[in-house]
Amino acid sequence: MSRINKIAEKAALANRKLLIPYLVAGDPNLETTSAIMHKLVGQGADIIELGIPFSDPSSDGPIIQRGVERALAKGTTLKQVLGLVAEFRKTDTNTGIVLMGYLNPIETMGYKAFAEAASSAGVDGVLTVDLPPMEADELNAMMRAVEVDTIFLVAPTTREERVASITEHCSGYLYYVSLKGVTGAALTDFGSVTTNINKLRERTQLPIVIGFGIKDAESAAAMGRLADGVIIGSALVEKIALLADQVEHESELLTDTIRVISEAREALDKLV
Amino acid sequence: MAKPKESAAAVDPAVFDGPDASGHFGPYGGVFVGETLIAAVEELAEVYEELSADKNFWTEYDSELKHYVGRPSPLYFAERLTDSAGGAKIYLKREDLNHTGAHKVNNTIGQALLAKHMGKTRIIAETGAGQHGVASATVAAKLGLECHVYMGAEDIIRQAPNVYRMKLLGANVISVESGSRTLKDAMNEALRDWATNVDNTYYIIGTVAGPHPYPKLVRDFQCVIGREAREQSLDQIGKLPDALVACVGGGSNAIGLFHPFLKDESVTMYGVEAGGHGLATGEHAAPLSSGCSPGVLHGNRTYLMSDEAGQVLETHSISAGLDYPGVGPEHSWLKDMKRVNYVDATDEEAMKAFHQLTRLEGIIPALESSHAVAYAMKLAKTLPREKNIVINLSGRGDKDIETVAKIEGIKL
Repeated sequence: MSRINKIAEKAALANRKLLIPYLVAGDPNLETTSAIMHKLVGQGADIIELGIPFSDPSSDGPIIQRGVERALAKGTTLKQVLGLVAEFRKTDTNTGIVLMGYLNPIETMGYKAFAEAASSAGVDGVLTVDLPPMEADELNAMMRAVEVDTIFLVAPTTREERVASITEHCSGYLYYVSLKGVTGAALTDFGSVTTNINKLRERTQLPIVIGFGIKDAESAAAMGRLADGVIIGSALVEKIALLADQVEHESELLTDTIRVISEAREALDKLV
Repeated sequence: MAKPKESAAAVDPAVFDGPDASGHFGPYGGVFVGETLIAAVEELAEVYEELSADKNFWTEYDSELKHYVGRPSPLYFAERLTDSAGGAKIYLKREDLNHTGAHKVNNTIGQALLAKHMGKTRIIAETGAGQHGVASATVAAKLGLECHVYMGAEDIIRQAPNVYRMKLLGANVISVESGSRTLKDAMNEALRDWATNVDNTYYIIGTVAGPHPYPKLVRDFQCVIGREAREQSLDQIGKLPDALVACVGGGSNAIGLFHPFLKDESVTMYGVEAGGHGLATGEHAAPLSSGCSPGVLHGNRTYLMSDEAGQVLETHSISAGLDYPGVGPEHSWLKDMKRVNYVDATDEEAMKAFHQLTRLEGIIPALESSHAVAYAMKLAKTLPREKNIVINLSGRGDKDIETVAKIEGIKL
């Protein structure tokens, strides 16, 4: 049983919704990312999605694009991101870590080398935004061999007949994209989310979490009511953007930076 | 200059029949986009498969090409250019004479017909040099569709006349400020727009790249170039040409010329990439001829200029239309199959060829096409007079005169 499975199972038993913050590794630098990760755990994050910076983030909106640009300006590489995870694992073996990014850095490192490095660093799952299931067999096999979960997206546009191939390839949790658009866009159509999540429930036993467009306690609660958890990315990255390059990691400042996460935790806990 | 290789021997011609049903040319191509866009590309693939099997669709397309674009474009024997090179005879396939001034319109006409059949009311496009943006804005005006063109902020400066042309045609030109602010970033932004407005929007990709089915359908629309050139060669020369030369950025004009000849073993082919300041300097846009590895960008797997960490590199070329770090996946396959020789011409060589063709033939070529002219002249020198070379003169150079004047220190 993978760490993500255990986290999800434990949460389900405790009637607790999964809270999954997303941030870009290396934004504004790797040391600060590490400090924020530990802070997020302290505020109730169950799993952390760590963005691998890529020069051409074509599924991301302007807020995350700029986060990626800041990380790349520091020369952040996939190897360093894996190093960051290994460092994090020295003091935290409970929190799930999912790497989210685009295929080219992984392809450049080589699937096998990446799978081995991810596993030994303590990565629990990988979500490759531009790698749909029909192209994913080879990478999936490598990740499964080292017991790292492979997470896939379902979008409002996903056709019924594709869902089976997605759930077949997916492990850990299923990521439902709440809207048509890019990360950080405004979430408006709650009705279609409800319908689509209910349909997905009939098709899979996987935990379902919702991401894109969740920006505060209110939207976290609204989406959390429908799913097993929520992902908050742009609203956090927007706050990280305000940090100076050199911040005092123990300061109140970081608490303020991640306030959206602690507020979301509170709102989610009130649901049950 | 690369030594002319033997043309493809011992290769099963069926390897040129790609892509397969899932959009692969060998290991290249495929569909690498976010989940939100999967349904849209699958729908497009289904619609295209249906329509491309329908004679009426091609009748409508051919009629537009004849009456609106002005096809067929001539195959012109460039006698003074031939004499100047001092070797094989050089012919120009005059895509510069098309309506809007380049080969791009062959594709936008076809895709606009697809958009119309799919009931889409809004068109988006990315553009580098502005030629594809102009061709998209043109067909949008003709069909009464809303049109938004994404263009890198750098390119907007480099290609001011085309920006104004698009605006005159009623298109909304959106300046892209992210990343390297050139063609690749314009394409990222167009993909984001498409994901957001996928219900009513048709994305006209301008080259043989992007996710399947784009590399296939753009190729099919551009193949009119090669089909005509083949027929014209038989008619005017009495045989097939010995060599074909075309510039390669994304590679749509090149694939359009090459594809109908792929199974003609006697025809040697040269795809000329942008050598920029020279391959050794690293400042170029030549993923095939500079020895890059394959990677994944903008929906497909192909040879790609990226660094050791997998970040896509910024490219350099004097011509905005070739300034792209990837290349259409079918070209990657043709490179591996050794069917096409991929070579380069530098900024300087392209500039020299630009002037030569202008002065010797009274034809001002686009800077993109000037790369093909430069290489073809070198190639011609190595071949006897009885050999025949066809260059795809993919566009005219009116859009480039400011760039050329600026480089040469002339104030207009």
